[in-house]
Amino acid sequence: MPLLPAPAAPGGPDPRVDLYSLLIQLLNGVQYGLLLFLVASGLTLIFGIMGIINLAHGSFYMIGAYLAFTLSSLTGSLLAAIALGTLLSVILGIALEWALFSRLYRRDHLQQVLLTYGLILVFEEIRSLVAGNDVHGVQVPPALDASIRLTDTLSYPVYRLFMSGVCLVVAGLMYLLIHRTRVGMMIRAGASNREMVQSLGLDINLVYRLVFALGVALAAFAGMIAAPVSSVYPGMGTQVLIICFVVVVIGGIGSVWGALAAALLIGLVDTFGKVLLPQAAGLGVYLLMAVILLRRPEGLFRRA
Amino acid sequence: MSDPILATRALCKRFGGLSAVGDVSLELHRGRLHALLGPNGAGKSTLINLLSGDLPATSGAISYRGRDVTSLRADQRSRIGIGRSYQKTNIFGAFTAFENCRLAAQSRFPRPLHVFSDARAFAPVRQAAERALEAAGLAAAADIVAAELSHGAQRQLEIAMALATGPEVLLLDEPLAGMGADEAGRMVELLKKLGPDHAILLVEHDMDAVFAVAEVITVMVNGQVLESGTPERIRASPAVRQAYLGHDGPLAGEPAGGRGA
Amino acid sequence: MNRGNIALAVALALLAAFPAAGATFYVELVTKVMILAIFAMSLDLLVGYTGLVSFGHAAFYGVGAYALALSAPRYEPANLWLTLPGAVLLAGLAALAVGFFVVRARGTYFIMVTLAFAQMFHFVFHDTEIGRGSDGISMNFKPVASVAGFAPFDLGKATHLYYFVLAALVAVFAFLRLLLRSPLGRTFQGIKSNEHRMVSLGFPVFRYKLASFTIAGAIGGLAGYLSALQFGFVNPELLSWHQSGNVLLMLILGGLGRLTGGVVGAFAFVALQEVFQSLTDRWQLLFGATIVLLVIFLPGGVAGVADRFRRPPSREPFHV
Repeated sequence: MPLLPAPAAPGGPDPRVDLYSLLIQLLNGVQYGLLLFLVASGLTLIFGIMGIINLAHGSFYMIGAYLAFTLSSLTGSLLAAIALGTLLSVILGIALEWALFSRLYRRDHLQQVLLTYGLILVFEEIRSLVAGNDVHGVQVPPALDASIRLTDTLSYPVYRLFMSGVCLVVAGLMYLLIHRTRVGMMIRAGASNREMVQSLGLDINLVYRLVFALGVALAAFAGMIAAPVSSVYPGMGTQVLIICFVVVVIGGIGSVWGALAAALLIGLVDTFGKVLLPQAAGLGVYLLMAVILLRRPEGLFRRA
Repeated sequence: MSDPILATRALCKRFGGLSAVGDVSLELHRGRLHALLGPNGAGKSTLINLLSGDLPATSGAISYRGRDVTSLRADQRSRIGIGRSYQKTNIFGAFTAFENCRLAAQSRFPRPLHVFSDARAFAPVRQAAERALEAAGLAAAADIVAAELSHGAQRQLEIAMALATGPEVLLLDEPLAGMGADEAGRMVELLKKLGPDHAILLVEHDMDAVFAVAEVITVMVNGQVLESGTPERIRASPAVRQAYLGHDGPLAGEPAGGRGA
Repeated sequence: MNRGNIALAVALALLAAFPAAGATFYVELVTKVMILAIFAMSLDLLVGYTGLVSFGHAAFYGVGAYALALSAPRYEPANLWLTLPGAVLLAGLAALAVGFFVVRARGTYFIMVTLAFAQMFHFVFHDTEIGRGSDGISMNFKPVASVAGFAPFDLGKATHLYYFVLAALVAVFAFLRLLLRSPLGRTFQGIKSNEHRMVSLGFPVFRYKLASFTIAGAIGGLAGYLSALQFGFVNPELLSWHQSGNVLLMLILGGLGRLTGGVVGAFAFVALQEVFQSLTDRWQLLFGATIVLLVIFLPGGVAGVADRFRRPPSREPFHV
């Protein structure tokens, strides 16, 4: 579906390639950013509502990816695996909150950091026991295993568009949650204040449990849909966690829309950085963070 | 009258659409105790925060000895001589009363490079702390851990810490908050003692105390200055009574008078 | 305090006498623990005394270690008296540079950005040419402690290294003790106790936090240097966040805000690690579970338990 007229000289260089390359990188950047948003929004929600800094959040992403791998092998369908996996993640989130995280609400940051650090070690070892240390691939579902032809040499995978689309849908659902429900009112007020929650007529323990489960599910879901594209490997949790921290720092803790803006920004900076300066690509994100720290140490958006 | 030490001109603070402080101009002079009255939500604490630098102003100017200090941070303002105490006790709970004051006094003699000397041995700081405790009536409690002091003693410590920095201006935010009659009486005596040597701005709800010590009273309502003048004038003002009591009835300090809000 | 000083003296005497009683393996093990103790104490200055929880302290440990590895000539030993101060200086400069950015962040942000910056350092050493990549660097020789040709001791010998590290440990401990009772150290503690009031009293708090961060980083670099000295080998895992997490763990094991806590914590940490590693290959699982349980049930660490027995209930210190 060419958007530009055919090149004037047949056999000569195709100027549409550069434009489409740019488009591809743009789409990749947006897709990566949207995925990051999913994970980071979970992190920022948990911190904004409950005041807990959770280092194990990256592990949930990893767990999601590994769930996608094991369940899709079992059921033969990635989409079924995602549905089942999301359900399991919610259950995991509820269980974790009940058993461990509910004890952290009144603890100081250092204790939260250490407990969740210990959790990372536990999750990594369990993962190693259950699924080994190899890198695994996950098949793209056949229905989505196609590419859109852009030029003779360039095409764009449908699955990546699907990923972006799904993330946008989730973002839309989050919008509804935040702006149309009482829980959302709490989120907007940045309430990590138990009395405030109770005065809104909500059972605080239930709210905290559900918000935590939501955060876990978001991260795991992101891991699941990303699995075919990024593969499933041991260090993926750590990697995504660090970037999520940068997203939250840039976007402002507790601000979901800050997380969206920051995630897209980072997605684009990282993607174009890798193309333009492959050697120093990993540093681009950190440089961005350093600049933001200088100008706006509270993040771009502060509390939503 | 001599020149004001601290003055504001058309000072405003807005939070989004809400105007917490609007167009406030006042002056503080050395030796004059200036009280700030007003119902809850009138903007008194916000005004103190604006003067101390805890909050940045939206517009308007603050000058200290003629010099514009509106853009100075809180620590910078303290260093030039603006001291404050807090409504909600804001001390170093784990340290002794003496150490609280010593640390406060150390801010004037930071000596950061004296890495090998014991901070407690430095005489000027130690003496400033002892004087501050003495002035606040806490000399006997010097070695008690601040968190274990009685509420009244902690409020005294609040002021002692501000005094230990040797300020010219004292911004006192409800020093009598939560005090019983005895403690309040002692605090009033302290305020009277401090009056002549400092330019004091006092925010207080305790009307008896205010009328006992203040030489100038400014009444604020909804962030604006309603009226400003001597205690007699304020007491007699119908506008003030209206604001406080909703009618023209008697104010505090008069027979059969009620207590203000 | 007298009882405390006696306990310190006894501990020092035990450490000094240890090599006479122990086999070389244990001498080397305790050397390793003492190096970690220096690392932990450096972080305690930042976390326990200034109230800044950093999850990126391993970055400066790594800088100190790599400073030795990268400055060591290939065909002859490096000079201890040149490379050690150089490493400490370099680590301090790195901490100053990083601190300039991260100290602006408060609370949770601070934890996150310290982790992020440490990962950046890890990236530099792991993925670029500077650190020669993930294989690390081996040093062919141990540094010599020679001055004008005369070497008073030989760091190649386990006992000589042990005593050198012990001397460093004592020096760091003494330095921090002095620092903490100096005006600078008291300012740090004031910031931890009530930063808002410190600002209100006229302290330019940013500078002090940056100073604490820099000093902590420099001493962390010293520990890293000693580690490279002991093992003759460095790799990017020295800067991993596992390392940053482990040193925080040492502090919570030993008790925050008391210098000896760093030492106790280092011993406890290594002891735990050795015990778990001897039990199973999956020792990280035990380790992680222990950390979780520790935080839930014993947040004051080993020292916290002892405290509960020592202090009479009426004088419970105020816990903000």
